[in-house]
Amino acid sequence: MIKIDNLVKAFGAKRAVDGISFSVERGEVVGFLGPNGSGKSTTMRMITGYYAPTSGSVRVGGHDVAESPMQTKRLIGYLPENAAAYTDMTVRGFLGFAAELRGLSGNAKGKAVAQAVERCFLASVLHQSIDTLSKGYRHRTCLAQALIHDPDVLILDEPTDGLDPNQKHEVRNLIKELGRSKAVVFSTHILEEVDAACTRAIIIDRGRIVAQGTPDELGRPLDAVFRRLTIPDTAVPGTVKK
Amino acid sequence: MRNIVVIAKRELGSYFGSPVAYVFLVIFLLLTGFFTFTAGQFFERGEASLGAFFGWHPWLYLVLVPAVGMRLWAEERRAGTLELLMTMPLTPWQAILGKFFASWIFIAIALGLTFPVVVTANVLGSPDNGMIFAGYLGSLFLAGAYLAVTCMTSAMTRNQVVAFILSVVACLFLILAGFNPVTDLLARWASPAFIDTVAAFSVVTHFDGFQKGVIDSRDLAYFLSVIGFSLFATSIVLRNR
Repeated sequence: MIKIDNLVKAFGAKRAVDGISFSVERGEVVGFLGPNGSGKSTTMRMITGYYAPTSGSVRVGGHDVAESPMQTKRLIGYLPENAAAYTDMTVRGFLGFAAELRGLSGNAKGKAVAQAVERCFLASVLHQSIDTLSKGYRHRTCLAQALIHDPDVLILDEPTDGLDPNQKHEVRNLIKELGRSKAVVFSTHILEEVDAACTRAIIIDRGRIVAQGTPDELGRPLDAVFRRLTIPDTAVPGTVKK
Repeated sequence: MRNIVVIAKRELGSYFGSPVAYVFLVIFLLLTGFFTFTAGQFFERGEASLGAFFGWHPWLYLVLVPAVGMRLWAEERRAGTLELLMTMPLTPWQAILGKFFASWIFIAIALGLTFPVVVTANVLGSPDNGMIFAGYLGSLFLAGAYLAVTCMTSAMTRNQVVAFILSVVACLFLILAGFNPVTDLLARWASPAFIDTVAAFSVVTHFDGFQKGVIDSRDLAYFLSVIGFSLFATSIVLRNR
């Protein structure tokens, strides 16, 4: 479903993503690991079409993201970093808006909203405005937005960030379940999530892939592998994260 | 087209879902009332026209229209929702037009609520209602031009205050180029052709015709090109995010 070929993104002289290639098939959950500022979000933003790559290509569902953005955007559900949402809207209003932009209306829209609400356990806050929600609910509202059109591809940027342990557990199970029928890429820096939800992990550091494989192939304990492969504190001068 | 409507609907909902809309409407109506009847000496003029009403609009809009438009893109940037919007299956133009039309419709509503002025003029005398209609049309295009400029400045920054100030300055330039004290100043050393060229860039010059009841295609073309150019610039700014 996703095919990334020699992807590069440069901000000025700094290469945030430096020649990454990988592909993700339906039925896979790929955990995207790396220290802060290693290029995870930038890669995801190129897959979703928010950033244009400096060079290289991204294909989603057989379409090139740069050439036919509308087709690829329809296939993708995206949870951006920090779970941005229109805070002046209610949960229901926001999900309805997302559904309409996804081309749903009438009955189909109602069904899609109801299903997303159920999946993300939002029924109790449905009529609350988003700026009054706790971080966990806000996060799940944005996740619900990504699921609203039942996309083939899910790109989730730190989906468990800021959730309490129970919510983390629920979201991981949800990702696992979704991964059976979709291609899922999610980024995290929590290593236990890789074991809990991924079929495969990709570790990147300073914009390059340094290791990939199933959690078993990567070796154990995972955090020792992670520390060996990534250089501590990549946020050296010049690695400004845009 | 559908996407434009979806965006516009959300944007309008967000105006009326917050105090912004009501504060704006009240202030707008109070100020137009004050400028028309007190500062504009509507009654003392002894003529059945809305000259006292429309004459203030370029100045009134200078402050109020940027206040309406400043959040359009700056807020999206600040809240990070720009990323959400731009990864949805819609073209940047659909988002730009949806937002622009929503705020334009909002200003049209505010302008529509000034109808008591028209009623007053009609009760007290017999004004030329065609002229009044032309005045309203011109006023709407004037607001549209300011709004499009504000869209552009709003797309440049994540800070609404910066967007506001930049658009006020840009719109002020659009006024001053044809403002009499400025053209008189230029007349001391510049050739009449030069003054005319500078004045041709001004909203005041083109709004004058509408106030006199003349709907000139050149004036319409001017306002539409300011709107078109500014929205095009907005799309360029957004593309280089």
